[in-house]
Amino acid sequence: MSADLAILITGALPYGEESQDLLLVDGIIAAMGQDAVTHPDAAGAQRVDGAGLIVLPGLVDLHTHLREPGREDAETVETGSAAAALGGYTAIFAMPNTDPTADTAGVVEQVLRLGQAAGLVDVQPIGAVTVGRKGERLAELAAMAHSAAQVRVFSDDGDCVSDPLLMRRSLEYVKAFDGVIAQHAQEPRLTVGSQMHEGAVSATLGMTGWPAVAEEAIIARDCLLADHVDSRLHICHLSTAGSVDIVAAAKARGTKVTAEVTPHHLLLTDQAAVGYDPVFKVNPPLRTSPDIDALRRGLARGTIDIVATDHAPHAIQDKECEWDQASPGMLGLQTALSIVVLTMVEPGLLDWRGVARVMSEAPATIGVLAGHGRPIAVGEPANLVLVDAKAHWTVRGSDLASLSRNTPYEGMELPAPVMATFLRGRPTVLNGQLVG
Amino acid sequence: MPRHLLSAGDLTRESALHILDTTERIGQAIAGREVRKLPTLRGRTVVNLFYEDSTRTRLSFEAAAKRLSADVINFSAKGSSVSKGESLKDTAWTLQAIGADAIVCRHSSSGAPHQLSGWVDGHVINAGDGTHEHPTQALIDAFTVRKHLGDVEGKRIVIVGDVIHSRVARSNVLLLSTLGAQVTLVAPPTLLPKGIESWPVTVDYDFDRALAGVDAVMMLRVQRERMGDAFFPTTREYSRQYGLDDRRRALIANHGIVMHPGPMVRGMEISPSVADGPGSVIVEQVANGVIVRMAVLYLLLSART
Repeated sequence: MSADLAILITGALPYGEESQDLLLVDGIIAAMGQDAVTHPDAAGAQRVDGAGLIVLPGLVDLHTHLREPGREDAETVETGSAAAALGGYTAIFAMPNTDPTADTAGVVEQVLRLGQAAGLVDVQPIGAVTVGRKGERLAELAAMAHSAAQVRVFSDDGDCVSDPLLMRRSLEYVKAFDGVIAQHAQEPRLTVGSQMHEGAVSATLGMTGWPAVAEEAIIARDCLLADHVDSRLHICHLSTAGSVDIVAAAKARGTKVTAEVTPHHLLLTDQAAVGYDPVFKVNPPLRTSPDIDALRRGLARGTIDIVATDHAPHAIQDKECEWDQASPGMLGLQTALSIVVLTMVEPGLLDWRGVARVMSEAPATIGVLAGHGRPIAVGEPANLVLVDAKAHWTVRGSDLASLSRNTPYEGMELPAPVMATFLRGRPTVLNGQLVG
Repeated sequence: MPRHLLSAGDLTRESALHILDTTERIGQAIAGREVRKLPTLRGRTVVNLFYEDSTRTRLSFEAAAKRLSADVINFSAKGSSVSKGESLKDTAWTLQAIGADAIVCRHSSSGAPHQLSGWVDGHVINAGDGTHEHPTQALIDAFTVRKHLGDVEGKRIVIVGDVIHSRVARSNVLLLSTLGAQVTLVAPPTLLPKGIESWPVTVDYDFDRALAGVDAVMMLRVQRERMGDAFFPTTREYSRQYGLDDRRRALIANHGIVMHPGPMVRGMEISPSVADGPGSVIVEQVANGVIVRMAVLYLLLSART
């Protein structure tokens, strides 16, 4: 019996190492190397020329904003999925700050089904920790966990669960279904009216500062709480050198804490605010060069577990306005891999196995998402991405698949374009273009 | 001259002195005239785009433009299309369409005039943006210092009060340093921005110590409306620590002057006897405002003709 779907990728480099052929049959990696060509299904397989291209497990983003339901003018599940596939992702976790908030089984199932309908990546909803993300009372976390969406990650992202008792209770409660609380670490009283990183640049620009200590204080507190109740804590978008130190100390103590960093916090500094272009307004804000150095080192040595995009599309009118009135956030899905190559691979801080670890394996593990972040090996799900490490591409917001245009990399030439993405053996992207 | 005046930092020593010299000449040209009006900007359109109330600054710019014979359009955000939700960019395009040669922009958002300058062909003058800058106020202050003390270079100037929220302080620090003054900022630590180490100033928390022998003391308005929280315990304590009274006035050099950009909170920031007493140039600052702004408008707009 012949396979329904067979693809033979020739001459590609798994993890940037030895050249191999890969045969994908009905959603799994059926054979590799010599066996791929001699396999009975290889004869009728669609051939994809992978000569010189690097193969990695399909990327997994633990931190995406899709805006649907509620702000379909900024992004839909479908357009966000397209951006993700073009960026090399096969799975994304959708943050719950939608309208209505994804704080019930009904809304998370709606997001799940919209993702299934788009069919470009697996869209895994994240549930809100508190009702309406208001930080007042716990949402029905178990209902979301036991829904069709099988939610395992909970977050009030965009806002911090700042009440220490509520944070403790949420950490304890999700243990019942191996959940994790993903905290947006921002002490609200220390960041009233804040617009950008507090430091020399904010002092000169006359903007209210977002001090590093407002992030670090919450991370320190939450690590202690996670220790106390022996629960899993994940810290979203680490942005300061001090935060890296706190997470390192907690991990050394045995705390069940994981952490993420965004591509933009690995590259851009608060100097970007000097022109008052709100495309550079993001929360947490862009920090300083010493922070970038610490974040890169933290990611290289494993203190920071993953890279997550914090892909935050915003409609043009929400960004083309005064800085203090603009919505914080940037696009990230289609540029993330390139920025990681630029900031981590090219300087020699991370090899391609390291990229696979921080952009696929670890995020899937933290999010308890089966079938993703698996090794490139026979019998494993064929969720893969092909990258041309020798080529470059120029970012044009108008060319991106997102409905929004708020990329901070407009006009930049970036390395390592994604050439192909496979979701369960089916190409979603070929030759850098969406398929179908 | 730069194309726009968005920050006092846009001015080199040379361009700043050029503005001050031009101010001097304009002052002389209109002094004693029955009709205090020059034909220089006839046919040019100056728009006062005010997103924030400021009667004193708007009147000053309006008087300046009218004395140069420009057509003046006053645009107040209140009751305008802005209150109906129009964006700054759309407003910019409207002003572009009606042919504004210069736009004087006051806005509660730091950086708004900077953004505006990217959307219009006309010259943009920052008339105060959020807690960022107010460059013409700094030019007024430098002009006033020069008039009374002969020169700005080498003068010891103390700026006192709510530095963190003060656009006047930021512009003055930049301009006075460019002109060679030694600037000391005095305030409680809560009213000084973090990152101030990068500014070309010295900082002192002790007003008495900082005052000894200075040439000019600039008091700042305490911007209670920008303070969501207590930056100091009570106005009484603030006044005791950082208010300028007769005792402190006596610590300034004999020739020293007392300045305030207004509006003043008498009794808290400054005692009435000091505000109205010898060496106070506060009223003169307002008067100088018109001719300084005439110079700025003239130089920006004549650069294009």
